Amino acid sequence: MCLALPALVTELLPDDLAKVELGGVRQKISLALVSDVALGDYVIVHVGYALAKLDPEEAAKTLALFEEISQQPTEAR
Amino acid sequence: MKYIDEFRNGEVARGLAKAIAAEVEPGRAYRLMEFCGGHTHAISRYGLEDLLPDGIRMIHGPGCPVCVLPIGRIDAALWLAAQPGVTLCSYGDMLRVPGSERRSLLKAKAAGADIRMVQSTQDALALAQKRPDRQVVFFAIGFETTTPPSAVALKQAQALGLANFSMFSNHVLTPPAIAHILDSDETVKLDGFVGPAHVSTVIGSRPYEGAAAHYNKPVVIAGFEPLDVLQAVLMLVRQVNQGRAEVENEFARAVTRDGNLKAQALVAEVFELRPWFEWRGLGRVADSALAIRPEFAAFDAERRWPVPDISVADNPACDCGAILRGLKRPVECRLFGTVCTPDNPMGSCMVSAEGACAAHWTYGRFREGETR
Repeated sequence: MCLALPALVTELLPDDLAKVELGGVRQKISLALVSDVALGDYVIVHVGYALAKLDPEEAAKTLALFEEISQQPTEAR
Repeated sequence: MKYIDEFRNGEVARGLAKAIAAEVEPGRAYRLMEFCGGHTHAISRYGLEDLLPDGIRMIHGPGCPVCVLPIGRIDAALWLAAQPGVTLCSYGDMLRVPGSERRSLLKAKAAGADIRMVQSTQDALALAQKRPDRQVVFFAIGFETTTPPSAVALKQAQALGLANFSMFSNHVLTPPAIAHILDSDETVKLDGFVGPAHVSTVIGSRPYEGAAAHYNKPVVIAGFEPLDVLQAVLMLVRQVNQGRAEVENEFARAVTRDGNLKAQALVAEVFELRPWFEWRGLGRVADSALAIRPEFAAFDAERRWPVPDISVADNPACDCGAILRGLKRPVECRLFGTVCTPDNPMGSCMVSAEGACAAHWTYGRFREGETR
């Protein structure tokens, strides 16, 4: 139910709608809950609506943090 | 798939798990509740409990809107579907949830009721426009993630003057549920929370700050991918070790402190607080659910029809209530795996794929050391 996935905006449509693509599947969704969405943005889609835009900089920072932590040498216990 | 695959990298997951193991204090227990059903599912699906050191116990909270909907409200939806001329539209998750006498929307549909599965409130609106001869009722459920789509639908219905459309609202709220759990003596003692991912994209991180301070428990908002959950566990372990009780945001790529203000404004315009609402497993919780405002009364199914308001007790052998509070694990319920299976669910913890029991059935039973 809580399932929401990041999808790529491939086409902007009238009436606050858009086409998005995720893993090869295309879907028509509503942009009524977000603003300033452009082609090429990633949005989090839930029950047919975009809820938020994904921030690529923050995504990159998060992934870099994971890499850093996972590479840290840890003492043997 | 971008923004998904990178967050599922197995090698990085093992590295994060090692980091957690290095920071866990020997002999200390960390009881962490993941509120959200999506996290329960991710933890089970990716076998994260196997990666985590023994000191960490993940407790599954009541953040599954399908799981916490009381039987009485399912019966009410069935009653609506039985009214002449009604087409009931519902998200797929609700179709198999058993109400009283093991009836469900799916069974009612098989018996001839006009019940349709929809993926979006937009589908229900379109149906109402296409079929002016039918009374289209949308069975609205969900936490703060799912409420804005309902708000959009009600506003659009009003703008269109869509007289044959109405909504049966069962939207519930996250922070009051967390507070209720922490207030209760019956809940297992908790050290911290993994905060919901997509609820937080809507409400932001700010609403958790009051609870964190008041109850002195750390909250880390986490994305749904396995690396997100592991990172959040690491951040919680650090906070517990350092005696901190702050709200931290691991899901920074989608969650801000303010959240989605546009969505929040729409919800505030259309919905108002119910003084109380019954939650399956938690009983009555004050200020924890939403009703449709009088301005939109014309589209409120509870005003259009005399919907019965009955409180129905759960099957006495069903332990969903205790499981939703983290007091019992699925295997400790007598019915688990015997009478109650995904094919024959007795309670909602098993029906919903995000329920603790369904998750354990699908993924957890095969872990080493599990006998059921």
